Amino acid sequence: MEIAVISGKGGTGKSSISAAFATLSDKVILADCDVDAANLYILFNPTHEEEQIYIGGQKAIIDYSKCYNCGLCVSYCRFDAISFVNSKVTISEVSCDGCKLCSRICPANAISMVNSDKSLMYTGTFRNGKMVYGRLAPGEENSGKLVNMVRDKAKTIAEAENIETIIIDGPPGIGCPVISTITGVEHVVIVTEPSMSGLNDLQRTIEICSKFNLTTWVIINKSDLNPEISNKIQEFCLSHNINFLCRLPFDPEVVKAMINKKTIPEYMPDYEINKLLKNALNIIMNYGR
Amino acid sequence: MKIAIASGKGGTGKTLVSTNLFYSISKQNIKNCFLVDCDAEEPNDMIFFKGKVEKTFDVNQKVPVINESKCTYCGKCHEFCNYNAIFILPSAKIIKVIEDLCHGCGACSVACKFDAISEKEVSLGTISRFYFNKSSTIVEAKMKIGVMSPVPVIKAAVKETGNEGIIILDSPPGTSCPFIQTVATADYVILVTEPTPFGLSDLKQSVDTLKTMNKPCGVIINRSGLGGNEIYDYLNQCNIPILMEIPFDKEIASHYSKGELFVKYKKEWEQHFISMFNSIVEKYGNSSN
Ligand code: SF4
Ligand code: SF4
Repeated sequence: MEIAVISGKGGTGKSSISAAFATLSDKVILADCDVDAANLYILFNPTHEEEQIYIGGQKAIIDYSKCYNCGLCVSYCRFDAISFVNSKVTISEVSCDGCKLCSRICPANAISMVNSDKSLMYTGTFRNGKMVYGRLAPGEENSGKLVNMVRDKAKTIAEAENIETIIIDGPPGIGCPVISTITGVEHVVIVTEPSMSGLNDLQRTIEICSKFNLTTWVIINKSDLNPEISNKIQEFCLSHNINFLCRLPFDPEVVKAMINKKTIPEYMPDYEINKLLKNALNIIMNYGR
Repeated sequence: MKIAIASGKGGTGKTLVSTNLFYSISKQNIKNCFLVDCDAEEPNDMIFFKGKVEKTFDVNQKVPVINESKCTYCGKCHEFCNYNAIFILPSAKIIKVIEDLCHGCGACSVACKFDAISEKEVSLGTISRFYFNKSSTIVEAKMKIGVMSPVPVIKAAVKETGNEGIIILDSPPGTSCPFIQTVATADYVILVTEPTPFGLSDLKQSVDTLKTMNKPCGVIINRSGLGGNEIYDYLNQCNIPILMEIPFDKEIASHYSKGELFVKYKKEWEQHFISMFNSIVEKYGNSSN
């Protein structure tokens, strides 16, 4: 069973909650799909067992010994990536989308494509199971392909090791990597916080989940920071047929747990917040059984 | 001059800084002052402002339409498409454009020798321009739900400013493509972080990325007092200036959660933002414009 923890907005405590889920139950596979800001390895310090290169995309480069500056590529590129800089045809690495059209039409055969191969996927063991995480190299297009690769790997290991639960820590936003994270999972848990922007993001996130017909749950983290908006969020969930899971209190100890490289259940097992999380995970696990 | 407000991790207070900074300087009668909400997946800046919509327009992308009566199923378009967006099965005379994968590069149209491909426009999102006061404008980029990448919408929003005056870019989280697109045009980058292990890890990644791009940057530590000291050591070591520290303060959090600008209530902060802004402009403002 795959449980994906996401949050429209970043910084809602999503990763702390997925980390808690990963240490609350029997052995799990933990898939860190927040490939743009993979963080869970800090808490879990997993062993390095396997490393795989992820080819993100391509970039065009010009061989100036062949280029005769005709400028044909400039007119073909739709991403405004090629222009004359000091009257020399130049490709901007930032703007190049990697479509390869310039390389195909260049009459001098001066443009070739290079693979972006700086991103990696790691597999290892952590204290409550196995962990898979991706690390996107800076500037790579976060296309969701790396997310898929991480999820596939997690599933393969789950089968091989006979572990039932996969906890996925998802990326923020609602774009391609999020869609890749949630398609086909059994449960999506959206972690939000009680602010107008939190509510705004939640609505957009729910909309994307309903497009995919997923069992969706909502947790309000730090709910007591603004009880009024928390109520609003809860009402919104009720009126939209979204399963409301729980409200978690704001507790500065959560940050301390993180600084001590511990998860909530490990650092503060007797706190209210831990009981609420345990209960929440139980509800999800037993849903529909 | 363009100043990008960014953070590796989401939810560190990027929007808090962008909106309060913009508000503080917009009262200084600077000619052409812009706030651009580049967080197109989850734009939130307008929650904090009331502004009249001056104009809105769609950002479109082209996708191919295949005229099957002219198509010979030669497969050339499929071969040219570097994104696997054209599915073809010549033996069964099936050809299909997978619009979600298409980047609109136009390669397939160039490839087709039988004039079977035309193009239509699909919307990727909208740009809205709001009047704030006679010298200040807010531009919002909003990606349509279900679209894969926010990059084209971000590019269009930045372009809408005309690239003149003081432009504050509220950048998307992370260090992948959307972030790079935003900061690539900036003269200076303010990184907003929080003093936690997750915050530090993401900060390091952002700093490394900015270094390779040769962008000067400074850091604002948000919710200071909640975490540890590692971040100060790191910044010291790397010689990165701390521009400002915003303490964890329930009042600030509460204003933010209600969609209010805290500088309106804590007037001394308006001055802090203005002085920070002035010293950045003094040092880095002359490189362009
Ligand atoms: S590969 Fe495509 S996007 Fe890149 S420079 Fe060539 S034409 Fe432009
Ligand atoms: S426009 Fe480019 S990305 Fe789209 S189908 Fe044609 S070749 Fe593929």
